[in-house]
Amino acid sequence: MSDRKTRSAVGHNVDKVDAFKLARGEAVYTDDFTRTGMLTAKVLRSPHAHARIVKVDVSAAMALEGVIDVIWHTDVKAIAHTRAGQSYPEPSPYDTVIMPHKARFIGDRVAVVAAETTAIAERALKLIEVEYEVLPEICDMDEALTRTDVLVHEEADPLGIGGGGKSNMAAHIDKQIGDVDAALKTCDLVVERVYHLPRVQASHIEPHISIAWVDEDKRLIVRTSTQVPFHLRRILARILEMTESQIRVIKPRVGGGFGDKQELVVEDLVSVLALRTGRPVRLEFTREEEFIAARYRHPQRITMTTGVMKDGTMVANRMHVMADTGAYGSHALTVQGNTGQKVMPMYPAPNIHFLVDCVYTNNPISGAFRGYGAPQGCFALECHMDEVAAELGMDRLELRLKNHIKLGDTDPLSAKLGEGKEGLERVIRSTGLDEAIVKGCEAIGWGQEKKPSAPHLKRGVGMALAMQGSGIAGVDWGAATVKLNDDGSVNLAVGATDIGQGSDTVLAQFCAEELGIPTEKVLVLSSDTDLTPFDVGAYASSTTYVSGGAVVKAAVKVREQLAEVLGSHWECDPGDIVFADSKSTGPDGQTMTMAEVALFALYEAKIQPMATASHMSNESPPPFAAQFADVEVDPETGQVQVLKFVSAVDCGTVVHPRMAEGQIEGAVAQGLGYALFEEVLLDRSGKVLNPNFLDYKIASALDVPPLVTILVETDEPSGPHGAKAAGEVPSDGPAPAIVNAICDAVGVRNYRIPATPERVWRGIKEESPE
Amino acid sequence: MKIEMELNGRPVAHEIAPGGNLLSVLREIGQFSVKLGCETGDCGSCTVLLDGEPVNSCVVAAARAHGHQITTLEGLLGDPLMKELQHEMVVKGAVQCGYCSPGMLISLYAHFKASGDLSEHALREALTGNLCRCTGYVKQLEAAQTVADNRQNESGGAS
Ligand code: FES
Ligand code: FES
Repeated sequence: MSDRKTRSAVGHNVDKVDAFKLARGEAVYTDDFTRTGMLTAKVLRSPHAHARIVKVDVSAAMALEGVIDVIWHTDVKAIAHTRAGQSYPEPSPYDTVIMPHKARFIGDRVAVVAAETTAIAERALKLIEVEYEVLPEICDMDEALTRTDVLVHEEADPLGIGGGGKSNMAAHIDKQIGDVDAALKTCDLVVERVYHLPRVQASHIEPHISIAWVDEDKRLIVRTSTQVPFHLRRILARILEMTESQIRVIKPRVGGGFGDKQELVVEDLVSVLALRTGRPVRLEFTREEEFIAARYRHPQRITMTTGVMKDGTMVANRMHVMADTGAYGSHALTVQGNTGQKVMPMYPAPNIHFLVDCVYTNNPISGAFRGYGAPQGCFALECHMDEVAAELGMDRLELRLKNHIKLGDTDPLSAKLGEGKEGLERVIRSTGLDEAIVKGCEAIGWGQEKKPSAPHLKRGVGMALAMQGSGIAGVDWGAATVKLNDDGSVNLAVGATDIGQGSDTVLAQFCAEELGIPTEKVLVLSSDTDLTPFDVGAYASSTTYVSGGAVVKAAVKVREQLAEVLGSHWECDPGDIVFADSKSTGPDGQTMTMAEVALFALYEAKIQPMATASHMSNESPPPFAAQFADVEVDPETGQVQVLKFVSAVDCGTVVHPRMAEGQIEGAVAQGLGYALFEEVLLDRSGKVLNPNFLDYKIASALDVPPLVTILVETDEPSGPHGAKAAGEVPSDGPAPAIVNAICDAVGVRNYRIPATPERVWRGIKEESPE
Repeated sequence: MKIEMELNGRPVAHEIAPGGNLLSVLREIGQFSVKLGCETGDCGSCTVLLDGEPVNSCVVAAARAHGHQITTLEGLLGDPLMKELQHEMVVKGAVQCGYCSPGMLISLYAHFKASGDLSEHALREALTGNLCRCTGYVKQLEAAQTVADNRQNESGGAS
């Protein structure tokens, strides 16, 4: 079991390593930087959902003073790739080129201008004349699945993932354990329901922004707000026909990503323009572009079919996911794969069937967004558990307790379904789920009678259980370099990508812990492809668990080097030297401060104490969450107010309690929006109707109810100091917990979120028409 | 056209493009604490003080600053109240990606300067124009509450 008392750094609320400079508003983000002669790029976007770009006349735009370059598809070599920032080979269809010859959604790239100022670039966009051959569009996912006369992608996917050329299928999965159809026939009760999940946007407050230039060594330098610097360098090298050595990607501070920056959204364009013009080029998305041309959480329709016995034993469970990837298939296979793989193991029935049809449409593009498919699956499954319990006449908590996954259980789906291929078996070696349920129930007052605050209001409670992973087993890996300086401080260079979640701090804590020094003595440098070792980047809840493992290994190596040096100096067994409290102590009481050790190593022993280590895990231990909502509903207006929201989360050893709480609170705020008010609205041809924060509301300080956050500590044997992931799992449960609470209050279920006042009100009216 | 304003207590003259907003001008002259989040007046990352009042500088025409006092976070770094707010924000864990933090700090600063209402609801209202996507505002409210409590204790001691 983790023990904070015996640890000096891990488990403590140390100052977040970057927080003071951020709170001073220092110039640390991508855009807080300028280079002489920097141009601004702007994108001309298609007004048609589906149209061939026959000809682009750029002459008038080029004639405008201050316009330096305009590109369209004839100017850039078409190399098929995916913009998904995943490990190579990416499990996403290669269906994208830098500048398409065919616009596949309203907002697709048609031409790009580089000009002296933003105002000139904007004026130039209006002067570009485009000849389109408008094609019939397909924006409905069912239509996309059945029709083959209209193909969003006419070219075959070289990877064979997408069905381009033959159908609009972007990804298909069909995995079965046991025999669900046969098992359903033996069940006492079969419940089938359909759940609908909206298109929502990550809405990081810092937009996508990149600056690229060619340096004095003729290398391409890309300073960018990204979660995946190393994947980005690799993809850029391929599509620009350069080598990785010719490219350097620098990740400064990032103003939030949530998956939306696990994608090459603007970097290729600034690179092309910088290479063509020889000038630095900057491209920043407007908020409107974020809503049109960044990525969404995949909208899905999920059909759950579940067979149980009278005593509540779950015998068979089927999840059929129908998803819309939009115009391109970034993350289509893996997000949808996660919808089942991360969610269905919560109730490991002997018969499980997981089916996915993810289609291309002429809608804007879906992709990665925190939770990566699991929030959709968790909504369906956890609402469905309440439905099954109701039909069975069983308590909904009891049904969950009876069926949920336990310590020592094997996750039935992991081996069948990895990251786009066969996965690795997963056995649960740590779980605080039961404790989380108990503590969460207590905090929300589960089972206690709750009176509404006014007689016309209805009150209800709901719950949801969630599990996720810690990195992608057997795929995600990262490396760290630790180097000791004269004064006893260390440089920690990691490829791991801090995007605001605080990974630099957590990794510094691991390093400090192993060397017995304070966290502030660790100088973290994260993600510069020239200066730091490799890491896959910030996604899949991998950083604490996977990159943390690398930091621990590297720091231990440095500690061993120091022990060697001191062992021969003190003529003792290096293994008997203790490093703690910023000093090293030998078996006979010899002692040196860390600064003295450093000076000795550097100037007497003449070695640079320094090590690099890599870490990969064949496991992906799930963090668990039990989340609870207490809501009040006004049946006259459909207005829902969340009175209190409780999250009890097992993320293994808590490395930094406040930051872990912060992750959970932020996830709940996002989940609240998913449950109640966030939805990107499209018209029939896929045009976004609400591309701004006025019409697409995200939670403000007044919307967030009192949040209770409980950290349930466990000790994960495979994790660094027992840690697991924390970032994604709490984003899964809020929507189902809130919708279950609404149903508890008014007796009517919202099968479709967000549960807007209108939807709640209509549901109540339809149930009891006057 | 040229505008003259008092930026953080110093006179500044700057050539502006017609139609430009104050946000871009401030960033052009190195006030990088002023962040662009939406440019439609909805997120608060670009909050500055105009004659002491918090405004979203992205929806203020640059020309409007002519003859007025503008204060950015850079101008308040030595201010005791601002330092206290920053300290509490950091210690309470309210700074995640930090992109919203300068705007929030300005809003809270203005609230504390202007208002005697230190209730939780008033503090939430003071923050409501500043969107944060990383946190659930819990830590910011804790930080603000601590500063409010400190002030109440101080004034309680004085009276
Ligand atoms: S950038 Fe000004 S309010 Fe968002
Ligand atoms: S801390 Fe990231 S937006 Fe607030």
